[in-house]
Amino acid sequence: MLLSIRSLTKTFPGTRALDDVSFDLRAGEVHALLGENGAGKSTLIKCLTGAYQRDGGTVVLEGAEIAPRSTVEAQDLGIGTVYQEVNLLPNLTVAQNLMFGREPRRFGMINARAMRVQAQAMLAQYGLDVNVDRDLGSYSVAIQQIIAIARAVALSGKVLILDEPTASLDAREVQMVFDVVRGLRAKGLGIVFVSHFLDQVFDLTDRITVLRNGRYITTEDTATLDRVRLIEHMLGRTLQDEVLHNPPPDRGPRPAMLKFEGFGRRGVIEPFNLEIGAGEVVGLAGLLGSGRTESAEAMFGIRPAQSGSAQDQNGALDLSSPGKAIAQRFGFAPEDRKTDGIVADLSIRENIILGLQARLGWARPIPRAEQNRIADDYIRRLDIRTSGREKRIGDLSGGNQQKVVLARWLAMNPRFLILDEPTRGIDVGAHAEILHLIHELVEQGMSLLVISSELDELIAVSNRVIVLRDRRHIAELKGQDITGEAIMRAIAASDTTEQSDIPNQKVTG
Amino acid sequence: MNISLNTRALPLYVTIGIFLVAYLICWLQFPNMLSTRVIGNLLTDNAYLGIVAVGMTLVILSGGIDLSVGSVIAFSGVFIAVMLRDTGLHPLLVFGILLILTTGFGALMGWLIHWLVMPAFIVTLAGMFLARGGAYLLSIDSVPIQHEFYKTLQSAYWLMPGKGRLTLIGVLMLAVFLVGIIVAHKTRFGTSVFALGGGEATARLMGVRQGRTTVLVYAFSGLMAGLSGIVFSVYTGSGYSLATVGTELTAIACVVIGGTLLTGGAGYMFGTLVGVLTMGLIQTYIVFDGSLSSWWTKIVIGFLLLAFILLQKGLVKLSQKGMVTKV
Repeated sequence: MLLSIRSLTKTFPGTRALDDVSFDLRAGEVHALLGENGAGKSTLIKCLTGAYQRDGGTVVLEGAEIAPRSTVEAQDLGIGTVYQEVNLLPNLTVAQNLMFGREPRRFGMINARAMRVQAQAMLAQYGLDVNVDRDLGSYSVAIQQIIAIARAVALSGKVLILDEPTASLDAREVQMVFDVVRGLRAKGLGIVFVSHFLDQVFDLTDRITVLRNGRYITTEDTATLDRVRLIEHMLGRTLQDEVLHNPPPDRGPRPAMLKFEGFGRRGVIEPFNLEIGAGEVVGLAGLLGSGRTESAEAMFGIRPAQSGSAQDQNGALDLSSPGKAIAQRFGFAPEDRKTDGIVADLSIRENIILGLQARLGWARPIPRAEQNRIADDYIRRLDIRTSGREKRIGDLSGGNQQKVVLARWLAMNPRFLILDEPTRGIDVGAHAEILHLIHELVEQGMSLLVISSELDELIAVSNRVIVLRDRRHIAELKGQDITGEAIMRAIAASDTTEQSDIPNQKVTG
Repeated sequence: MNISLNTRALPLYVTIGIFLVAYLICWLQFPNMLSTRVIGNLLTDNAYLGIVAVGMTLVILSGGIDLSVGSVIAFSGVFIAVMLRDTGLHPLLVFGILLILTTGFGALMGWLIHWLVMPAFIVTLAGMFLARGGAYLLSIDSVPIQHEFYKTLQSAYWLMPGKGRLTLIGVLMLAVFLVGIIVAHKTRFGTSVFALGGGEATARLMGVRQGRTTVLVYAFSGLMAGLSGIVFSVYTGSGYSLATVGTELTAIACVVIGGTLLTGGAGYMFGTLVGVLTMGLIQTYIVFDGSLSSWWTKIVIGFLLLAFILLQKGLVKLSQKGMVTKV
């Protein structure tokens, strides 16, 4: 065994990020590390690369226990890492990046000629012939990734951790990188591969380890692992304990209020069609990184769509920025509440008023009495637990912060509200209240788009569920068809059935 | 040196182009401008500015800024003058003490910036007031330097063909630029400086010792400021606490006109030399013209700065666009 992790534990204030996790890596294998949000993947990797120090357990590399305290130390021990981005410096040349810290010197000065020759030789091993004197930033992301891999292997050479290296690459570039990875596997490196793309995981890896909520779940051979089983492991529910849900009363086909056609953005989300009726809740299901948030961001103009159109009964909508989306009476409660949803240092009142005031413009301030009235009204209606409206919002619990974010949008009376993971990090009581609130809003005729990793929650609130995988909308479930099993089967559906639709997915470099 | 046309080198080419065109215009109007006398004076008059700009270039390349250098130059002049007046120490010894002081001062600021995670702007602003205050403390009045050794320094020059005088301090500036070019472009330390300017988090991942590099960068800038102070005292023959107010900003302007990205990570030491000479050229033109107010220097510099910042913005935008189409 090249690398062997036993009973790894890592605790942060308030959470146990890793709890008794074990992981084995053989020489000459590509081992996928999978898990949803909060599973502990990145914590595990950071413990390996020296970014974090473990609290308990052992990490044994080639028979010797190690405890790296920095990335550089981990590198010296033989563990190299390539991240999705920020690996190398675009303002330095390719050669400088490759040889950084090990530049050949003569009389104390860098020997540029020797450096060029060595850098070219390094890249030649990967079949890459680029001008090493040009800035790294002038090359495509795929080539930058291969250069980053070349550097990591040259520095460490035993274990290579690839943390979502393909997240911003297209299919052809992915194969370029995979060819490099396969070459390294053949040379006997142990490779840890983290990715949200199941097709890539099944394409590349030999074994798969699943983590969930900081715990080790299972390790299995990729070749014999069933996709549905894998998704059960990742989502943490089995088909047996399927709960029956009461689908919201189906009020028959509704007139489409909003129509998105061919809506997409290159490299972010494949073009999709979506109709949303008045008073309808559409759920987006899928694994982390499947394109749920990306779909919502395109609809709200955060990362605006580059193709397709959006319409309502009155004609085309301009959704090229959040401001324009808000002008169309759209609302968006983001997934990362702390950084994107609230302004932590402002009071509850100020946070609620924010959207309303932004729409009015700075020249027409809302009178303080009116602000107080609105804030008190929502604090009462949404049952926001606080000692008063002037309390700093950062001091509230997650559930109450989420209610304030909702209050901000409700005060603006949107017709279409997007809720991205509305119940993440919220205690059980507040959880139920927010689901209840969703029902109430729908009763009033508001349309909602709900994104959630919790299938039960999605099933409970949605009239329709769209299933996403690998940045594509792949299935739509309605009414009684919305079951956990159906969703998981849709996510797991092997791409072989759809291979003909996406010929470029399997092109070999 | 490779001759591949990097877009990042474009500001350097533009700088050199502007300098040559400006010189051509000057020469067409005043044929005397193209003489070794003018060139000699250009080097002598701007020696202190050039030396301090070498330090500033390194600081800006690392993604920082050093506002203290103008005050440190003034402090150095007063320090030397007072030491030579009140003690019997030889000037060379005084120079040594001074350089240790200013280098340590820079290192201390670098240490504060790194270990207390404070913005370079604030720390060096404090340094600026401290150094200026220190100069006042030593002497409020201008202190003349009357030492035999200084007379030797002031009169040291090589006669160029055409009777131009290549003075000691002019040669010193060129030598300092040579050292700067080697440090910035030919050493591992220099590469670390570029790396820090390109992105601190990534640089750390790549193994840059951030603390050490930051301290060394500001120490180098302090050393250059001290050296510049010595040169300035030789140039003026006195030490005055009100001297070189705003020189740090002029140095920053030279660096930017020289094609270095103000946000760090890209630029050329040689460009700064051209930037300094461009600034000197404008002043020389005004002297030759005779009717123009010297404030025109500031106005032209202002426009040049603006043009260069716009050029850099345009290049950054252009390279980002290039990335998108390539992916």
